[in-house]
Amino acid sequence: MNKKLYIYGAISVLLAVAPFFLNAYWVDVLNMIGIYAILALSLNLIVGHAGLFNLGHAAFYAVGAYTAAILNTKFGIPILWLLPASALAAGLFALIIARPIIHLRGDYLCIATIGAGEIVRIALINDIFGITGGPNGIFGIARPVVFDFVIRRPHEFYYFIWLFVAVTIFFFRRLENSRFGRALNYLREDEVAAEGSGINTTHYKLGCFVLGAAWAGMAGDIFAAKMTIIAPESFNFWESVVMFAIVILGGSGSIPGVLLGSFLFVGLPEMFRDFADARMMIFGLAMIIMMIFRTQGILPPTPRTYPVEITEKARVHG
Amino acid sequence: MEDFFQQLTNGLTIGSIYALVALGYTMVYGVLKLINFAHGDLFTIGAYLGLTLLTSMGLSDRLGPFLGIIVLVLMVMGLLAILGALLDRAAYRPLRESPRLSAVVSALGASIFLQNTVMLIYGARSQAYPADIIPMTALDIFGLYIPVARILVLVVSFILMAALYLYIQKTRVGTAIRAAAIDQGAARLMGIDVNRVILYVFLIGPALGGVAGVMVGLLYGQIQFTMGWAFGLKAFTAAILGGIGNIPGAMVGGILLGIIEALGAQYISIAWKDAIAFGVLILILIVRPTGLLGERVADKI
Amino acid sequence: MSLLTLKNLTKSFGGLMAVNDVSFDVEEGSIIGLIGPNGAGKTTVFNLITGNHRPDRGEIIFNGIHITGMLTHRIVSLGIGRTFQTIRLFQNLTALENVLAGRHARMKSGATGAMLRTPGQKREERDALASALRELSFVGLQEQANQLARNLSYGNQRLLEIARALATEPRLVILDEPASGMNEQETTLLIDLIRMIRDRKITILLIEHDMSLVMRACERIVVLEYGSKIAEGPPSAIKEDPKVIEAYLGTGD
Repeated sequence: MNKKLYIYGAISVLLAVAPFFLNAYWVDVLNMIGIYAILALSLNLIVGHAGLFNLGHAAFYAVGAYTAAILNTKFGIPILWLLPASALAAGLFALIIARPIIHLRGDYLCIATIGAGEIVRIALINDIFGITGGPNGIFGIARPVVFDFVIRRPHEFYYFIWLFVAVTIFFFRRLENSRFGRALNYLREDEVAAEGSGINTTHYKLGCFVLGAAWAGMAGDIFAAKMTIIAPESFNFWESVVMFAIVILGGSGSIPGVLLGSFLFVGLPEMFRDFADARMMIFGLAMIIMMIFRTQGILPPTPRTYPVEITEKARVHG
Repeated sequence: MEDFFQQLTNGLTIGSIYALVALGYTMVYGVLKLINFAHGDLFTIGAYLGLTLLTSMGLSDRLGPFLGIIVLVLMVMGLLAILGALLDRAAYRPLRESPRLSAVVSALGASIFLQNTVMLIYGARSQAYPADIIPMTALDIFGLYIPVARILVLVVSFILMAALYLYIQKTRVGTAIRAAAIDQGAARLMGIDVNRVILYVFLIGPALGGVAGVMVGLLYGQIQFTMGWAFGLKAFTAAILGGIGNIPGAMVGGILLGIIEALGAQYISIAWKDAIAFGVLILILIVRPTGLLGERVADKI
Repeated sequence: MSLLTLKNLTKSFGGLMAVNDVSFDVEEGSIIGLIGPNGAGKTTVFNLITGNHRPDRGEIIFNGIHITGMLTHRIVSLGIGRTFQTIRLFQNLTALENVLAGRHARMKSGATGAMLRTPGQKREERDALASALRELSFVGLQEQANQLARNLSYGNQRLLEIARALATEPRLVILDEPASGMNEQETTLLIDLIRMIRDRKITILLIEHDMSLVMRACERIVVLEYGSKIAEGPPSAIKEDPKVIEAYLGTGD
């Protein structure tokens, strides 16, 4: 247990000082890893913990990004203030999308989320309501400002993004070890038994969709602020696949696994730029091989254990 | 009114291609309860292999357009059948005893792998089918001018579908496939070799999907390495529409979806054509997940 | 007074009559056995009570409330816990977490409370843990608290299901073949456990194939055949009932 703590401590320190030793290019790679980590952690609630196959997560990411971009460019609302707006819009959108399809079984739900994700992308391309800017998207999104300090350079974004990653880990760890988190696991393991144990399974399925989507929406806000320009192609099906693959290969339901997955999926290809074209091919192959030889992913979750000394007390009482 | 009939024949043509691809999804789903995500990419590979064979062997020059296309179709079918069986052997068979969702992930992986392999071999740019294989003329049928390519696609796909239908209904293997789709366990108890059925399904489905790829090349003149994704998703929609696991259902569903899409593009909006198809998908999943020809099954508790 | 009342319950699956016009009462504080040959519709009756199936006709009244067609988790929170004929544990979670699932219905905190770790949430978690451990000890599995459910023996898995059902604080617990797969010694302990549950003022309705268990443990027995009730009464009367004897001998069960 302590050994683990040291490892995490060392990694945190390493991440905190990394920008001092890296050039802008590599810091930017780390920034993208951070954004994917947030996205994959949010998808992990749905796919990893609740076992619901969602291959349309990019749609929620898109709703968050476009909400922030539109409100910022049209009304000049600072991009950081729009984090809650992005979360709200994406969460609400998830509720509307998921409500009618949530009862579908495994692969049916999966295919429905793919369809929904594609409809969103097509709607963005077709400039729905005349506010999404069509295939070219939206440009001129303002940089985030913290107390008169404008976050502009990759090094500055780095701390902003990874702070958000840290906050996400902090909250999601607590969530895992709670009534909410356990309920998601119960419904992943056996839906009928979960309902029979008194768990409102529909409520929790929707709950994890809404919460995961809201978090992806905030990632969208950060992405919009970082890029200052967004377009529909940043939110296509393959983005959903990458998030999904990070969760499955890293370790479904495991925060360290998902973080490692983000580094491998987004960072490794940058190290082997000569093989950049082969990146997706190798990932596809890795997905097959992992499913055959290590279904649970690289760093699977360790079972939650609870202090057993209470057992002694319980025995006295019982 | 003429627009309407033009769109109808157009939809019928696209729909028959969807139907051919949908058959592969529905047969695999029927027997293995698995969405073979890689099936759309086998369709793409069919289109690319067809192009390679056409240009490298000069089939149509040597044999004339019609015989050339028949030989081409047969060769692509054979190659894709082998590829289909290999895909099952490599990506799905090791996972027969695993949770179903592991196989779904493997299928996604296989799809990504195949699609990007095609890209690495042929390049990311779209490729053109030789324009001179099929006469560019249109036939006048009851006052409707219908391009020869469209008629060819319709004829080939209807022959293949009729052949498959007879095969499934009249032969022992066909009966075994239908039985395994209804209840694998019971089929096994009746002495049916389910592993053989699975093999047949992975030979027949990709063969038909490959032909569909060639026909898309002949019809549109252009192919892309990503085309299997959208085509595959629509074909899967067709399979669901007809009732997944149900072979005649896939044929009906494919043609129906083609017509809905063509008419939707004409009378609603061409830009929303794909969204209409995916909307149909979600709607059918919500309203009647068992499809038009499927039957409701109760879950056992 | 009657805790659970079934009135003219009828359910068919695609033309097959699974439960046909079944009525009976379950008195508060009693142990009732539901028996019958294979396919008599016993499990279907259970699934109707717990809301897994919706009856075609008839009424189910629990504690004065109509629960016909209610969602399962609502019925659980009203006070009916159950176990399953084929074990349905959360196999990849620990024994303790399986029991915590039962506590869920008696807890309130949600996602926000968990993320902010409010004092109320912390207290609730602590209490839930303590009472889950109490239920584990009650069925004798305290030593296995942190073991994964799938690593438990078959008999212990059955006990764990009972602990999970008890953790929902039920007034009525429904046991579907609790002794199946247990050896004789385990079955004897199970009978003791069933009596201990009753001593906690919890009413018990059980399906069982093991006749000796039913005769020893139950105070009243309801017999089903082909979906219909053919007899009802104390074990001594059921043993002598010609209809029951015929139903069992006739089918060779």
